[in-house]
Amino acid sequence: MIDMAKVSKKNMKKETIVKKSRGMTESSAATEPRVVYDDGDDEEEHLNEENISSEEEQEGEDGVSDERKRQKLLEAISALGGKRKNKLGERSEAAVHMSEFTVNADGGGDKVDLSDLIGNIDKTEAVPNKTKNQLKTLQQNEKTIETPLSKQESERIQRNVAFRKAATEVTQWKGIIQQNQRAEQLIFPLNQEPSGPRAMETVVTCWKAQTPLEQEIFSLLSANKQPVHNPILTPVEEATLKAMSFEEAKVRRAELQKARALQSYYEAKSRRERKIKSKKYHKVLNKAKRKDFLKQFEKMVKTDPAAALEELNKMELARMKERMSLKHQNSGKWAKSKAIMAKYDEGARKAMQQQLEVNKDLTQKLVTSLNNDQEEEEEEEEGGNPEVIPEFVNDAEQSVDSSNPWMRGKLFEPPTEREVRDTVDFTEEGPTAVNTAVEDDDEEGTEEERLLREFDHRRRLRQAEEADIVAVITVEHEEENKAAGACVSVLEEDEEENKASAACVSVLEEEEEEEQELSKLNSVFQGIANTHLDAEVEMAEATADTNHVDTHLEEGLMRIRTLEDVALLSQMESVADQTPVQPLTSPTTENMLSTSKMVGKNSKRKRGIELKQVLTKESKIIQVPLALTVEDKEDSDEMLDQRGLIKEAFAGDDVISDFLKDKRKQEDVGKPKVVDLTLPGWGEWGGMGSKPSRNKRRKFRIRTVPRPPRKDQHLPSVIISEKRNSSISLHQVNSLPSPFVNHTQFESTIRSPIGRMWNTEQTVNKITNPKVVTQLGAIIEPMAKEELMKNKKQVSTGNSSGVEPIKTKRMKQTQKK
Amino acid sequence: MASPGKADVKSPHVGKKKKPPARYWENLQQKEGGNNDENKDRKDGGKAQDAPRRTQKRKLEETRRDRNKFISGKSDPFPGPAPIPEERLQKFKRKDKMKKPRKGQRTLKATIAHSEETCEMAKKQAARFDLLLPEDAGFLEGDEDEDTCTISQDDIADAVDITSGAKYFNLKLSQFGPYRVDYNKTGRHLLLGGRRGHVACIDWQSKQLMCEINVMESISDVKWLHSEEMYAVAQKKWLYIYDSKGIELHCIRKFNDVLRMQFLPYHFLLATASSTSFLQYLDVSVGKEVAAICTKTGRLDVMCQNPHNAVIHLGHSNGTVTLWSPNQKEALVKMLCHQGGVRSVTVDKTGTYMVTSGMDKKLKVYDIRAFKPLKSYFLPAGASCLSLSHRGLLSAATGDIVQVYRDVWSCPVTKPYMAHRLRGTAWGLQFCPFEDVLGVGHGDGFTSMLVPGAGEPNFDGLDANPYRSVKQKREWEVKALLEKIQPELITLDPSELGKVDYATFDQRHQDRVKALGFDPHAKEKFVPKHKKKGRSSAGNIEKRKKQVAHEDQRDIIKQSVEDKLRKKDFGKTEVASLSGQKSALDRFKK
Repeated sequence: MIDMAKVSKKNMKKETIVKKSRGMTESSAATEPRVVYDDGDDEEEHLNEENISSEEEQEGEDGVSDERKRQKLLEAISALGGKRKNKLGERSEAAVHMSEFTVNADGGGDKVDLSDLIGNIDKTEAVPNKTKNQLKTLQQNEKTIETPLSKQESERIQRNVAFRKAATEVTQWKGIIQQNQRAEQLIFPLNQEPSGPRAMETVVTCWKAQTPLEQEIFSLLSANKQPVHNPILTPVEEATLKAMSFEEAKVRRAELQKARALQSYYEAKSRRERKIKSKKYHKVLNKAKRKDFLKQFEKMVKTDPAAALEELNKMELARMKERMSLKHQNSGKWAKSKAIMAKYDEGARKAMQQQLEVNKDLTQKLVTSLNNDQEEEEEEEEGGNPEVIPEFVNDAEQSVDSSNPWMRGKLFEPPTEREVRDTVDFTEEGPTAVNTAVEDDDEEGTEEERLLREFDHRRRLRQAEEADIVAVITVEHEEENKAAGACVSVLEEDEEENKASAACVSVLEEEEEEEQELSKLNSVFQGIANTHLDAEVEMAEATADTNHVDTHLEEGLMRIRTLEDVALLSQMESVADQTPVQPLTSPTTENMLSTSKMVGKNSKRKRGIELKQVLTKESKIIQVPLALTVEDKEDSDEMLDQRGLIKEAFAGDDVISDFLKDKRKQEDVGKPKVVDLTLPGWGEWGGMGSKPSRNKRRKFRIRTVPRPPRKDQHLPSVIISEKRNSSISLHQVNSLPSPFVNHTQFESTIRSPIGRMWNTEQTVNKITNPKVVTQLGAIIEPMAKEELMKNKKQVSTGNSSGVEPIKTKRMKQTQKK
Repeated sequence: MASPGKADVKSPHVGKKKKPPARYWENLQQKEGGNNDENKDRKDGGKAQDAPRRTQKRKLEETRRDRNKFISGKSDPFPGPAPIPEERLQKFKRKDKMKKPRKGQRTLKATIAHSEETCEMAKKQAARFDLLLPEDAGFLEGDEDEDTCTISQDDIADAVDITSGAKYFNLKLSQFGPYRVDYNKTGRHLLLGGRRGHVACIDWQSKQLMCEINVMESISDVKWLHSEEMYAVAQKKWLYIYDSKGIELHCIRKFNDVLRMQFLPYHFLLATASSTSFLQYLDVSVGKEVAAICTKTGRLDVMCQNPHNAVIHLGHSNGTVTLWSPNQKEALVKMLCHQGGVRSVTVDKTGTYMVTSGMDKKLKVYDIRAFKPLKSYFLPAGASCLSLSHRGLLSAATGDIVQVYRDVWSCPVTKPYMAHRLRGTAWGLQFCPFEDVLGVGHGDGFTSMLVPGAGEPNFDGLDANPYRSVKQKREWEVKALLEKIQPELITLDPSELGKVDYATFDQRHQDRVKALGFDPHAKEKFVPKHKKKGRSSAGNIEKRKKQVAHEDQRDIIKQSVEDKLRKKDFGKTEVASLSGQKSALDRFKK
């Protein structure tokens, strides 16, 4: 009876569990592969339920089923043992006691719960409380034990572990292998003591006490802490000498602490202040600072004028910087907002104007009462001689009366006038300052101004037109020269024109032979310049230019500082063109031949040497103490001599132009040609006088990639051949060797010579050391584990000593040699 | 000698008096007291300084003491290798320091470091061994208010020792016209070629005549070949080669109407310039014509070689000087030097300067590396012949006067260093290598002048040894032949050989890129690391990319800015030193 009750209870419980787990399985069937219960069991459960009900009905037949129940129980217990075997469907024989209600497919084996076994453990006194508790917790713990891993998986893990182990073992060698790879030289067998005499130093430092007497002595010394090497002080004494006294250390520590604390305070403070966003705060702060500074400055003027002067200089520099930065122009936030408002608001307009005035005031150039501007200009030009010190430097800062010491002196003349004056000044800079022409220019100042404006306007127009280069240029040429066709032909024609004009000049005056040459030259240069695309800028002036050689000459050394200056120069030229021809007032020397034509064209060219400058460079005359007595008669063949004489007489007549022509030819050969593939009449009207449209021309013009600039680009008197030297390329390296990434690295490494001609013997030995040296007949054994240990020890003792042994070996080797 | 490794082992060179080595067991107390005193002194001195520096210093001292300790306990008063003066190091500088590769590339780093190290070592050693070149160059110094150019040769010959004095002599050979002169490479032997056929080779120091012949033809030039065994003579029609006994070895019919010759000693090439405007090269080691170039510039009677790169310079009647190598049919460089014809050209030993003289009576100095003019002088009579000595003295012959100039390129010269009047018009002149002697061939024979400071005092015994024995000469000959440089290697810039052939390299690289489908040398693109928590937003990624963008360019810019700053600083200091000069900012001053 008791049994029955229990069983029924158990079954009830089971049912609930099953239900729960069923819910689980339903929910997580997809995810969890290891669900404890399978369907077979469920069915069994159903059956069990029925079973129970039937059992309750037939209590009388207990005797029969008892046996079976016991069997079941046993089975269940044995099933608890862990391994879940696939239960074999037990086929029972037809028995005597066969209940028709207890037909069970697989023997009705259901599991035994722990509670079944220990259910009455509470009641037994013998079991200690602790175990009871443990059991209870066990009972509550309803987790199932995970299935053991599959064979493959476990093997994989094992393999992994084994690999790791092997890898660590192997990587121990990594260091030594790397070291050997990087070593400059390896001598095999590796750890062999080099034969032959050792270096003195190693012998000395490696000396060790060997005989028993020595050992005893040294042990005694070391035991008493007596010095072994340095005989003057014992280690203890040295240590005491080294140590600071306690008080001293204390004081020092306190000092340091204090300093650190102060520093941190200050840092914190400044950080806080820096983070304050209020503009007003900063404004006030700055103002206060300024005031403070001024006060201090005034005080300083009285007490320490030298320092004050320095301070003043600083201020001045700051002001200069500010002025250069043009801070007060209309670029600020405020100014911008005002600019927007200005259209509608009178006040805003006024404020803006004020602002601009301030800017003007600030950026105005100041003039001291002592020096006028021209002097200053001259001084600026005469910067070469250090004796010339501007006077106001000396007397400037003594008499400070106004609050703003640098606001003394009168303002400059109006800027427009100044500009003109400026240019005039520049012309004065010529080595043999020709003043007359300059003065003329001065008189015509206003006229020039007007002209300047006009030209400026024209220039701007031109620039606007330049946007679409090709077509406009050609059109313009057509307009100007009435010669249609390609650019080149136009240029050539232009050149011819120039030459013609030059010829005209040559007719004019016989004395000015040099000028003639120059004009010729000018024309050639003009031709060169015209090949540039911006030629049309010069076109208007080109013809006139040659007529006014003198003006160009005077402009020879004009300094071009900015782009504006360049523009100004061209304007000046054009101005000169407009002015009537002036008679030459001064004899031109060779120096003046350095015209500015090339300089003016582009400032890059300025860097190179001007051909005329080269050839007519001022040469120092050398006095020879002994007078020449014998003439050059030995130039034996008379004809040759005559030829030489003729050459001498007409020296430099055509040499330069010939050379320039030659150079131009060379340049032209190198230049990539533009191929024009336009077909007139395709897609538009053709016939006489009609031109293909600009668009079309642009489309069908094939431009090749421009060559890199010639090597003689900036050397007017030199033609450097651009031909590639193929004979040397056979001997050159044409692929970058392995570790190098770029040319320069490789080239630099092979740059230094290695031969005996250029190096000392020791260096040669070092450079040409073989990487691996093996000894004849010696057995090279693989590295032993001890080597590794030794290496490790070395690494631990000294970080760099790992490399040492090989180096020393190498040293010894070289010494042996 | 004194190598860096061993120097610290040596005992101090400048030792104090030798005391018996102090031992600790001898009156220890006294020593201790003394030492304490010393220590106290040091302390007192140290108190003036701030504390941390003191400790640091002490530490440093200790380490130093430890390092330089000998077993005797004495410390080296001059630790480390002996210092080398900076300018001497500069003299032996081989290349600029390389920039280290950025990161990774360990092998490359190691290679570069190794090359740098060896280069540095070579430089230092060479600088150290410079000590072994003890000879100084001579010089001439006049009394007060006395120009050196007024000192006559006789005076100099009287003043110097007998052997040197004997180097001033005249050979009166008025019969066979003006003479061309050539010294051989060692400077021992002299070759004279008279215009009217007289050829003589002399061991000029012992005044021993080796041979003397008359070729019965007009001679335009004579030249020694690689040794004093053979010389070439450019005769009326052909080029002949004789040996030192005057036996005709070859008559080279391929070389006709030769006017001038140059011998390139390391290439074994004889370059000839003819009146038919041909420049020809003869390889004298194999007897083959290497190249014949038609220069198309008329008669070529001005010629010299650049000893630095073996390029031939020719001067022409249209004022140009052209540079030639046997590998190119057109001139490497064509420079317009004079307005008249070029009369003479010469290049200095280092290949830096070229001096030309022309019909326009000018003497010009060019920097031949940049092809830029440096100086221009006007000689009243013009110079017909020029010659540069090893040490950079320039001799110029104008008519019958020979002038010698010093430092024509560095500072403007107003008067000659020396001058000498000859008996006839100078026809050829050459400085004798390794001697303070200038040989001048003129219409009345030959004059050997004394020019103090002309010759290089220290000769390279392996290259050109004036005192070599017969055996040494033979050995040198073999070695020189083995080390002969092929004519293909003559280029304007000799360092070009050590450069990568870009054109082929580029072509091959392109092919490789095409085959591989990617550029193996291309710089790896920076891919920012993926970060979590929203820190890998697009903006952030862009920002991070920007941080590493244009790294190379940045480096360059940084470098240039630094240079600029340095220059500016330098300028500032200069300005400070010359307080009178104005700065650019001064224009803003009142």
